[in-house]
Amino acid sequence: MTTTTDLRPTGPAPRGDGGRWHPVCSYDDLIPERGVCALIEGVQVAVFRTFDGELYALSNLDPFSGAHVISRGILGTRGGVPTVASPMYKEVFDLRTGVCLDDPQVALPTFPIRRDPATGRVEVALTHANRQ
Amino acid sequence: MRLVVVGHGPTGHRLVEALRERDEAGAWQVTVIGEEPRPAYDRVALTSYLTEDADLAYPAHDEGVTLLTGDPVAAIDRKRRTVRTASGREVGYDALVLATGSAPFVPPVQGRDLPGVFVYRTIDDLDAIRTHCRDLTASRPGAGGVVIGGGLLGLEAARALQGLGVDTHVVEVAPWLMPRQLDEGGGVMLRRHIEALGMTVHAGTPVAGLEAGDDGRVARVGLGDGASVDAGVVVFSAGIRPRDELARGCGLPVGERGGVAVDDTCRTEDPAIFAVGECALVNGQVYGLVAPCFSMAEVVADQLLAAATGQDSPARFEGADMSTKLKLMGVDVASFGDPFAGPDQGALDVTYTDPVGGVYKKLVVSDDARTLIGGVLVGDASAYPTLRAYVGAELPGSPEQALFGGTEAVGGDLPGATQICNCNNVTADTIRCAIREQGLTELGEVKSCTRAGATCGSCVPLVKKILDAELTAAGIEVSKALCEHFDYSRAELFDIVRVRRITTFTELISEHGRGRGCDICKPVVASILASLGSGHILDGEQAALQDTNDHFLANLQKNGTYSVVPRIPGGEITPDKLIVIGEVARDFGLYTKITGGQRIDLFGARVEQLPRIWKRLVDAGFESGHAYGKALRTVKSCVGSTWCRYGVQDSVGMAIKLELRYRGLRAPHKLKAAVSGCSRECAEAQGKDFGVIATDKGWNLYVCGNGGMRPRHADLLATDLDDEGLVRLIDRFLMFYIRTADRLQRTASWLESLDGGLDYLREVIIEDRLGICAELEEAMERHVGSYSDEWRDTLEDPDKLSRFVSFVNAPDVPDPSIVFEPEREQIKPVLVTGPRLEVASR
Repeated sequence: MTTTTDLRPTGPAPRGDGGRWHPVCSYDDLIPERGVCALIEGVQVAVFRTFDGELYALSNLDPFSGAHVISRGILGTRGGVPTVASPMYKEVFDLRTGVCLDDPQVALPTFPIRRDPATGRVEVALTHANRQ
Repeated sequence: MRLVVVGHGPTGHRLVEALRERDEAGAWQVTVIGEEPRPAYDRVALTSYLTEDADLAYPAHDEGVTLLTGDPVAAIDRKRRTVRTASGREVGYDALVLATGSAPFVPPVQGRDLPGVFVYRTIDDLDAIRTHCRDLTASRPGAGGVVIGGGLLGLEAARALQGLGVDTHVVEVAPWLMPRQLDEGGGVMLRRHIEALGMTVHAGTPVAGLEAGDDGRVARVGLGDGASVDAGVVVFSAGIRPRDELARGCGLPVGERGGVAVDDTCRTEDPAIFAVGECALVNGQVYGLVAPCFSMAEVVADQLLAAATGQDSPARFEGADMSTKLKLMGVDVASFGDPFAGPDQGALDVTYTDPVGGVYKKLVVSDDARTLIGGVLVGDASAYPTLRAYVGAELPGSPEQALFGGTEAVGGDLPGATQICNCNNVTADTIRCAIREQGLTELGEVKSCTRAGATCGSCVPLVKKILDAELTAAGIEVSKALCEHFDYSRAELFDIVRVRRITTFTELISEHGRGRGCDICKPVVASILASLGSGHILDGEQAALQDTNDHFLANLQKNGTYSVVPRIPGGEITPDKLIVIGEVARDFGLYTKITGGQRIDLFGARVEQLPRIWKRLVDAGFESGHAYGKALRTVKSCVGSTWCRYGVQDSVGMAIKLELRYRGLRAPHKLKAAVSGCSRECAEAQGKDFGVIATDKGWNLYVCGNGGMRPRHADLLATDLDDEGLVRLIDRFLMFYIRTADRLQRTASWLESLDGGLDYLREVIIEDRLGICAELEEAMERHVGSYSDEWRDTLEDPDKLSRFVSFVNAPDVPDPSIVFEPEREQIKPVLVTGPRLEVASR
């Protein structure tokens, strides 16, 4: 399984990164049901806004192909689970946990993400483990 | 043990195939000796050899079979058990099968040996007819041709003659056409159809004699009623006579009117000698249709296998269903059961005649109107497969319902012993067993396992119904549902979107689906919306439906970069434009490669480079090539008549015209096309979704070909079209495909899945049976009228352009994970990280 401890999409910034939230973009820049990629201290983070306004952050690296493309996948639901499908070979991942629904042995690292209540900006934090 | 088969026609071929398939021990060493210079071919489809240049060859036997062609057997020595061929070869046998077929019957009229007089039986006959007609139409334009015999084969021959450009007459001695299969009402209706196609029918009159012209060739046919017809070519098709001369020569009994006499195991008086097919007289009858001949072949194969182990086989030839269905130049004709039974046999008729629509239907039923005895269908034979299956059984409803409802709501409950496939002798039970025991779920599997529907194909709709009923009964959902979000197939969704004028995915899924969609249904709906012309594919909510290729209007490659393909219509490009492509590739460091579709692919672009690359290309006059879309890709062409010594039409001009017409057209899958300027076919049009081949008179249109994983030779849809007719037919074809195909279904498999196949396609888009052709053409006109270059529009829209960044928080930073190394003086991608599946397994 992934080494990420906090799987919730929003929450307090973990201590491993000194509690630092990194700004990504404004919430309105995100197209519903589509992703973008943020480069945060050399780590590629795929950021998604779903139809219901939820935010998710996962590693942009597709473990099946080795290419950084997860942010360009199609969003959807599978049995109610919010998902993203890798654009490369179409494996589907759970946006909440990063677990691959087609091969549960595989999972994408996930990142804490939030919408700053004061500025409306979307922010992502790196955990110690994600930073490698 | 040595088996010798004399004759390599369809029946001989079937016998050998059946024997080899079941002779696991290899008990029989098989030698086949044929008269014709070539191995067996599909004689049933003979006419298509002329009209469509079809390849009729049957699959070759395995290497355990010795085949001698072009050397007929001349004599049988029953004492020594040997046969001797014309060339003097001697072959010994333990069992001998005569499969010598029949010869056309030519009545003893004067002039029957004149040059220009033919029979219609072998490929050699057809080659000779073709050569003669070419010469005739060139030297005597407008010359007529006469087919003597208005039966099944005679009408086939007439169709062939007409296809060769000859003004064709059909002479039939009986008062109506196809007297052996049709009653008077059916024959009269058929005549109207045949005459509407431009042929002249002379019924109820014999031929009096043939006269030669000054050149010594046939020039005139005199009829029994005193009339005469100018004819530069005459084809006799007045019945067949069994080829029983070998049997006569070795003292075996033959029938009064010919035919090698055999019992119901197809054995002659000599237990070592069998006869099968058209040369056999079994139960006092000679059979001229392929289905009973194949049944005989199967019986003899069983007998031989049993004999090899010293056992008796129960296999018997038990008569045959003489039902027939054929299509003559678009006219359906079918006859089944006993269509001639009358009140004397306790039978009643129910008939229906529609002179305007050209439809005649007759059902013969028992006097309580419940049991089906036989019938005739002309003009509309859609009910044939079901009705034929019900012969001898009680109809599920009234005869009227059967006449009009035909194929509805039956299939699952057909009696088990009902013969579904006549050609291959397959019952409903056999099909059901195969489905259950072998777990078959696809029509193609059922066809290859049971052979049902594998010969003439007329029973395929019924086989499909049985399959669906079995799967449903087994709890296997015959689901056409696209995915968990929609219970509809792509074709159904297309209709919903079209009819209800739905323009957004949200509207569609909230009213007709559930959940929020996925990577299956979203691109399908995106494609449907695009096919129906709902603006730019990146407008509004549509942007979120597109897969990454459509989203970035480029093709994703293995390292996360994209490739760029500008449109080069017909593969024609100016030197200046070539230079621009070269300069762009050089300036952006792209890898270049020539594609199979006659254009140039530029690889290795990062998303943020795409708008800058396209700015340069659009400024130089290029537009999107839609290589990224499920859309028309290219219309490939050869150089055509402008330069080529052999070209007969301007293939490049036509290819450009077609490519510009259909550019940007979104479809269930990609579409490839080609135009060849002559029959040498350098553009490989017969391997394309639609392919056009130039003729002296215009264009031949081929459809539903495919290269790739499952190559499929395209089918000839129409011949000698003018430019306008060609475009109109392609318009209809493409729009009908777009409306009705499944998700990611190429035209080739779409055609295979269409009930009724190519005939049905012709009915819909040529004969307009569904009355939708005008609508299809309008839809295409809308597409053509609303086309706009996706890349130009994107470059003009800052909102869309803003999405072309690798990193939303660092728009100017190139993706550091994209790395190249040199290879053969160009770049090649290097995956820095490689697949990292270990991330999770630890």
